[in-house]
Amino acid sequence: MEISNIWYFLSGLTLLSALMVVLAKNPIHSVLYLVFTFFCISGHYVLLNAQFLMAVNIIVYAGAIMVLFLFVIMMFDLRKNQPESKSNLTKLAGSVVAGSLLVVLIALVRQNNFQTPQVQGFVSQTGMVENLGKVLYSEYLLPFELVSILFFVAMVGAVLLGKREAGERNF
Amino acid sequence: MNLFDSVFIAKASFIGVIFLITLGVAAYSTYFERKIAAFMQDRIGPDRAGPFGILQPLADAVKMFMKEDFIPANSNKWLFIMGPCLSMLTALMTSAVVPFGDTITIGDVTFDLQGIDVNIGILWVFGIVSLGVYGILIGGWASNNKYSLLGAIRAASQNISYELAMGLSIIAILMMTGSLSTKAIVEAQQNGHWNILYQPMGFIIFLICAFAECNRTPFDLPECETELIGGYHTEYSSMKLGFYLFAEYINMFISGAVMATLYFGGYDYPGIDFVTAQLGATAATLIGAGALIGKALAFVFIFMWVRWTLPRFRYDQLMGLGWSGLIPLAMFNVVVTGLGVLLDQQILIGIGGVVVFIAGIVVYDQLFVKKKLA
Repeated sequence: MEISNIWYFLSGLTLLSALMVVLAKNPIHSVLYLVFTFFCISGHYVLLNAQFLMAVNIIVYAGAIMVLFLFVIMMFDLRKNQPESKSNLTKLAGSVVAGSLLVVLIALVRQNNFQTPQVQGFVSQTGMVENLGKVLYSEYLLPFELVSILFFVAMVGAVLLGKREAGERNF
Repeated sequence: MNLFDSVFIAKASFIGVIFLITLGVAAYSTYFERKIAAFMQDRIGPDRAGPFGILQPLADAVKMFMKEDFIPANSNKWLFIMGPCLSMLTALMTSAVVPFGDTITIGDVTFDLQGIDVNIGILWVFGIVSLGVYGILIGGWASNNKYSLLGAIRAASQNISYELAMGLSIIAILMMTGSLSTKAIVEAQQNGHWNILYQPMGFIIFLICAFAECNRTPFDLPECETELIGGYHTEYSSMKLGFYLFAEYINMFISGAVMATLYFGGYDYPGIDFVTAQLGATAATLIGAGALIGKALAFVFIFMWVRWTLPRFRYDQLMGLGWSGLIPLAMFNVVVTGLGVLLDQQILIGIGGVVVFIAGIVVYDQLFVKKKLA
């Protein structure tokens, strides 16, 4: 089997499940389709020989963040809190906005003529853990540390918001 | 093409053998669970089906299959079926990266006794473990039952909380070995340099987290009968319930194999050089695979021993232990391991870390806890 056939199959599956995220009526089904989409994207990482990114994508997104999504949506009483269906005008406006964004993106890609990597001299080991770690901790050390500070700030903010205040409980 | 075929057949038969061993061990774990429970409670246990009751798992399987397969009205049918399937799938996938032995040569083909030797080995285990919660969550939600939902939500929050401490205890191992590959981790431990000697604290953290991830007592709150009827599998019957229960036993066996791989030298055993010299490499490798399975079974026994010894935690105690007990302890362990690697005195500093920790607890206990009581 040609590797490009796998790529086409995987891309089709990714797009289909991503569409189903938007189209599914039930929010739980949406979340599950989103999990499946993350798996397809992890498959793409494997095709690019980036196994570390594949594992991290599954652990962080599919394993932790989506579980929390599912968790929160299950806690809602969906029968009582059904979002009211939008009017036709809203739907039309949404389609126009999304369509124009699509046109802009396609125009951007066509303008820029992204280079395809050269087959000769292409290092297949770039995505391996050792190489990724070396690049991250030497060449991109400052951005990496800044990102960790950003995460730290977000964590402090979450703790501050979730902290119980002194006095009577209001929730 | 010929080489590819023979390697493919060898891998396929190896995976088939591991699959059968896993299922067999899981089936007989149910028998030994009852026998051990009976022994600890001074009873006889199952003794009717066959000699010593060893046909009991077969009888149980027949019973499970013969029962009515019931899908509750108003449940989400497809997700209801998907729940147990996902549980089984994630339980069986983890064993792919566990190295069951060194290379083995049949005819002129040499292959590893390992499903896939990827360079992210331990992250694979970690990823699959973090997916294990979906089977429970989906099954519990699709049952359309408040008790099932509560059990599922407990399982989800418990797994997420204990994954963090588990990951931090694995980081200490990675710092020592310098590789994510399970094969490399085992090879670094050959000839008795087992990680348990270097990482006693990391092992205890990992063991506690493994109990929590397998939903075993004392952390079996997702299926706490006294509060939640049956927990997430309240609405399940027949073989779907069987799959959930079976997945738990498979998880126990596989987590035992992972713990043996990470901390107890994998397929290493005393006297491996002697056996290689006497009987040849193939026999030594097969005995090594047996040694790994034996270590895993020892862990399964510890799981059962704890189950029939300790009562279960209260839910806030469970969360308190995970977040404010194990995670800071695992952080401390990472720092201690870093110091050991830096000074090249890993055993000494590892034991020193445990001593400092115990001393710290004693001092804290003397200074603060008594004052509160007084």
